[in-house]
Amino acid sequence: MKWPLIRNLPNQTRFTYVRFAGIAAIFSFVAIAATFVSVFTGGFRENPVAIYQAAEGSPLDRTGAVLARGFNLGIDFKGGTSMIVAAPQPIDLEALRGALNALQLGDVQVQETTGPRDETSDLHYAVLRYESPSDAEAANVAQQVEDNVEALIPSGEVRDRQVVGPKVSGELFSSGLIALGLAIVLMLIYIWFRFEWQFGLGAVLALFHDVILTLGLFSIFRLEFTLTIIAALLTIIGYSMNDTVVVFDRMRENLRKFKKMPLGEVVDLSLNQTLSRTIITGCTALLALGGLLAIGGAALSGFAIAMIFGIVIGTYSSLYVAAPAILIWGVRRGGEGDPPQRSRADLVENRP
Amino acid sequence: MLQVARWRIILVIIVAVVGAIFAAPNVLPANVLERMPGFVRGSTMNLGLDLRGGSQLLLEVDLATLRQQRLEQIADDMSRQLRESDPRIRAVRRGIQGGVARVRLNDASEMERALESLQAIVSPIQVNQFGNSEPDVEFRDAGDGVIEAQVTDVALTQLARQSVRQSIEVIRRRVDPTGVAEVTIVPQGDDRIVVQAPGESDPEVLRERIGQTALLTFHLPAQNIDPLDAQEGRLPSDAVLFPYADQEARPGGVVVRRRPELTGEYLNNARAGFDAQTNESVVNFRFNGRGSRIFCNISTDNVGRQFAIVLDGQVLTDPVFNEPICGGSGQISGSFTPQSAQELALLLNAGALPVPLTVIEERTVGAELGQDAINSGALAGIIGAIATLVFMALAYGLFGLIACLALIINGVLIVAAMSLVGAALTLPGIAGLILTIAMAVDANVLIYERMREEQAQGRGPALAIDAGFSRAMVTIIDANLTTILAALILFQFGIGPVRGFAWTLSIGVITSVFTAVLVTQILLALWYRAARPKKLPIY
Repeated sequence: MKWPLIRNLPNQTRFTYVRFAGIAAIFSFVAIAATFVSVFTGGFRENPVAIYQAAEGSPLDRTGAVLARGFNLGIDFKGGTSMIVAAPQPIDLEALRGALNALQLGDVQVQETTGPRDETSDLHYAVLRYESPSDAEAANVAQQVEDNVEALIPSGEVRDRQVVGPKVSGELFSSGLIALGLAIVLMLIYIWFRFEWQFGLGAVLALFHDVILTLGLFSIFRLEFTLTIIAALLTIIGYSMNDTVVVFDRMRENLRKFKKMPLGEVVDLSLNQTLSRTIITGCTALLALGGLLAIGGAALSGFAIAMIFGIVIGTYSSLYVAAPAILIWGVRRGGEGDPPQRSRADLVENRP
Repeated sequence: MLQVARWRIILVIIVAVVGAIFAAPNVLPANVLERMPGFVRGSTMNLGLDLRGGSQLLLEVDLATLRQQRLEQIADDMSRQLRESDPRIRAVRRGIQGGVARVRLNDASEMERALESLQAIVSPIQVNQFGNSEPDVEFRDAGDGVIEAQVTDVALTQLARQSVRQSIEVIRRRVDPTGVAEVTIVPQGDDRIVVQAPGESDPEVLRERIGQTALLTFHLPAQNIDPLDAQEGRLPSDAVLFPYADQEARPGGVVVRRRPELTGEYLNNARAGFDAQTNESVVNFRFNGRGSRIFCNISTDNVGRQFAIVLDGQVLTDPVFNEPICGGSGQISGSFTPQSAQELALLLNAGALPVPLTVIEERTVGAELGQDAINSGALAGIIGAIATLVFMALAYGLFGLIACLALIINGVLIVAAMSLVGAALTLPGIAGLILTIAMAVDANVLIYERMREEQAQGRGPALAIDAGFSRAMVTIIDANLTTILAALILFQFGIGPVRGFAWTLSIGVITSVFTAVLVTQILLALWYRAARPKKLPIY
């Protein structure tokens, strides 16, 4: 091993990415298709036709009922009440469930959970969730439940309580979707403005790819989908874009420099030239997020999982979605566009 | 570029020192902090509710009640206007039904004149800057001599905004009567209010104080009502049945005149106390000048009769006027505990909410959970940062150490900026911070990788450093602007914790470009001058 470690990384790799673009495209299409199937079948666990038939209302409402099973929505988006109960002794979940069922709240979930620092604290935790009745009643019912729980569990205490009314949760959900859409549109405009429209479309294709696959991860593995996950998705969009821009920047530069080189070779060359940067930046991000996943506690693990997955997928999509997309559409070459920027460095002969 | 201008060096040093000064209070122990000058002491990071523990309530104005209140007024205004404007028009107020106020004309042929006359009570509402306006109420000929009035959406929105403004004042007096607690009460949108109370140990108290309208009214009993009719709900439109507040002790209710003789507005102050004879908990109150005159007249005219003191439609007590009461003070008894008497006094002093508020979202985080979140978040942050530093040092050697130094300055600047701006650090914010640290390295990596390339193409170290910077710059700006765009959207959409994340992300991007570019450049230039290397150590 040479010191520092970067010297082990070859200065110029000669991978031919474009050759595998076909295989990558198949992989991406399969993954996206799996995501859609999963969203419509509650993560391959339910029969969408049965749900559709059981639901009431217009075809649109029924389709909505099917889609609602697509994700394990947290109370941010589903509405409802969640409480964390802490007690010094193990909590009798059955007794708790029984007491809550007596209140007739509908579907009550009671689960054991770990505290944020289970290794140092000797408290036991349980989380309970139910759907809030209506906006007006939610707070009162929550208080009633809290009183019941604290009466049932000696020296137990409700630590954390979230009540989200159905109205708010619906708004959060739609504004989350709007934020995602807006982010993608803004990125398209920015890239269009800075590069050319083919680049913009390639970048946006990559963004859709990343967002859809991350959604698929959450749908298939039934990970809880909360407001924080929307934040993670937006950050993934930022990161993936960052990655794509670095590659595009190099592509633009190479297109000006090597006017006669076939487009496929330019893409390969650009990807090779930015490969070491892609690897190192990806590694640091994964290192930092790994720490978060390991010790960040339950509250941040969903965020960390989404981000780690998104960074891996975002890197892949910069290489195999955004760049090859340019190949499909082609770009204007030659004298058009910005004049090449000449710096002192350009005066020396370039040898790729 | 290796000749770094002196002003750049000075700028970087000043920014770093100022950053350190403002970041320091976050880590210094309290006893050291006390000896620091005031402007430094004040700037610590603002912790979000999820980290420090506390409650957040999202309240919504009850638009249905608001519309109903307004329609009552409109119905009154309509019949008065018709009566006063034209003696020939005779109209009867027909009350409110299904979101419209109705008035019936005795003679349907007067319709046109009546509608014209009613335009006098319409007040236009300006809807945009161009001076366009819309009416606040719309009248319609419903046929058969009936006129229907509707509150327009614009008017309702305006009323909601007004109620929000008034409610915020009332809520502040209720939850923070002494003005010392750090409670933030801000409007959200047209018809919502966010109340944040950090560290409030009992969110229940908070909710109860806000959840009540606390409208106190004094009513005289309605006359000539058959108790049987009252029970079956057959009441004339000017009478109403209010139930007793304590239904277990006293089932049933009292039939009173709908229009109150007096309301809580006429109170000067209220105080909890004990009745000297029965030793019961009571609430003593004093009317203001006008209130005591009215009360004096009523009690004089109605000696020997009952009256009812009603809170939010429930009868607290219905004593008998034994004698005229002209001293301006009174007492509410009922089944109070000392605590509930105190709560009622507090609510009466704060005044009634103009309209009921509904809690549509509540988030409470226990203080212990908050502390745990800080601990695990901080640990994750420290581990993430150390891992990144070690990785960079291993990967790039000396250049990696330079990047590490830039990274540390970056961290200090982020903390300082967060402290100065007063942005709240939330749990997702900590995650954002960790991510920013990792991403900040990206600018350094871009620069170094470019240098390696330039050197591989046969350039000397000075030229390679130079070209590395100038060429990587374009990419760095492009790449970071996209992240800022994402953060801006997060900020627009985000509520609470997510907004904290957006803050950290955008501050982090700005400081990281500053440190990665300027700090690294200066350090590299200094190193180059001192070492005069033949080759860069990263080749």
